[in-house]
Amino acid sequence: MATEEHGAETGLVFHPLDQFIVKPLFGEGPIHWYTPTNVTLWMAIAVLCITLLFVVGSRGRAIIPTRVQSIGELIYGFTYKMVEDVAGHDGVKFFPYIMTLFMFILFSNYLGLIPGSFATTSHIAVTAILALAVFLTVTILGFVLNGSKFLGLFWVSSAPLALRPILAIIELISYFVRPVSHSIRLGGNIMAGHAVMKVFAGFAAIAAISPVSVAAITAIYGLEILVSGIQAYVFTILTCVYLKDALHPGH
Amino acid sequence: MEQTVEHGAEAGGAGMPQLDFSTFPNQIFWLIVTLVVIYFVLSRIALPRIGAVLAERAGTITNDIAAAEELKQKAVAAEAAYDKALAEARTEANRIVAEAKAAMQADLDVALKKADAQIAKKAAESEKAIGEIKAGAVQSVTEVALDTAKEIVSAFGGKADDKAVAAAVAARMKG
Repeated sequence: MATEEHGAETGLVFHPLDQFIVKPLFGEGPIHWYTPTNVTLWMAIAVLCITLLFVVGSRGRAIIPTRVQSIGELIYGFTYKMVEDVAGHDGVKFFPYIMTLFMFILFSNYLGLIPGSFATTSHIAVTAILALAVFLTVTILGFVLNGSKFLGLFWVSSAPLALRPILAIIELISYFVRPVSHSIRLGGNIMAGHAVMKVFAGFAAIAAISPVSVAAITAIYGLEILVSGIQAYVFTILTCVYLKDALHPGH
Repeated sequence: MEQTVEHGAEAGGAGMPQLDFSTFPNQIFWLIVTLVVIYFVLSRIALPRIGAVLAERAGTITNDIAAAEELKQKAVAAEAAYDKALAEARTEANRIVAEAKAAMQADLDVALKKADAQIAKKAAESEKAIGEIKAGAVQSVTEVALDTAKEIVSAFGGKADDKAVAAAVAARMKG
């Protein structure tokens, strides 16, 4: 990176956002939609890890599971129970869809924590597509399954009549804010954590405070391990909650 | 590297690579590819397989628990049967002991009675014999004493009065 040039002037170098740069894997040049980039690489690694865990890990189909298979089963059971508990029994048919989202986010978050890696979920482009996919699915599904009754979601029939139009506007706004908060919550959390670590790493160049800096990086890294899991979980459970709205509109 | 940084900074305005819209089509394309691949891997291969394994395991566990329950019932039944058999055997043993005791008592009573009768008979016979012997002995002593007394009286030169001697001896024999 451009360390020498800036470092010579200030002694401190902060490029906390350089880690998020999308660059082509092979050579330089413009990034077309099909160009294999570091995004491609780390998404492919995520696919590989998911395949290793769920397909290769369970290839024995053992009644008494191996370690890898029992991890896969644990995640399967956890996600299945979450979908069933939150979205209801008829939400179970969307379980593969939710499992796909959950696994992609979980693995991308954790792969992003490997030093030198690229966190695909730190990009708003990625999380926005994930959130939009959920939003569109839920909205279309809601109208297909319930017809105009889906609009009952915005008409709070338990409130006094005078308040209902106001509540309807608030509900409508909150409904359309959903994909925004859904995507920014995930992307922002991952980006912020990685950027903070990079900032602390920049301080490590000063010998006097480098022990503090290393300790801080360690602490933030521990926090990020928590955040990675929690954000993947939050994204998934919110998807289940939105799905429940589509399946059973009305409060 | 430097070139990419510049490029990102230029396009992102504020320098955030997240807002570099020129990379969006690329990211979105690869994201969709990734999601489709993961979806097919999970929904076609992984999830049905794991679901089947879990169902099979649940079935096995249910069967095993049922079998264990059955075996437990059997064990309880066997224990009850054993207890019953033991109680029966104990009663039977008590009965046999009582019977044997009663039989032995009867035999013993008969034998005792017989022995008592024999002893009584023998004792009576012995008593009779002793009485005869005693009587014989007294008779003999009286005769000897009488004769002796007569002889002594004669030896002293007296005239033995038979009647007086006999009375004296009889008196002495009593004392």
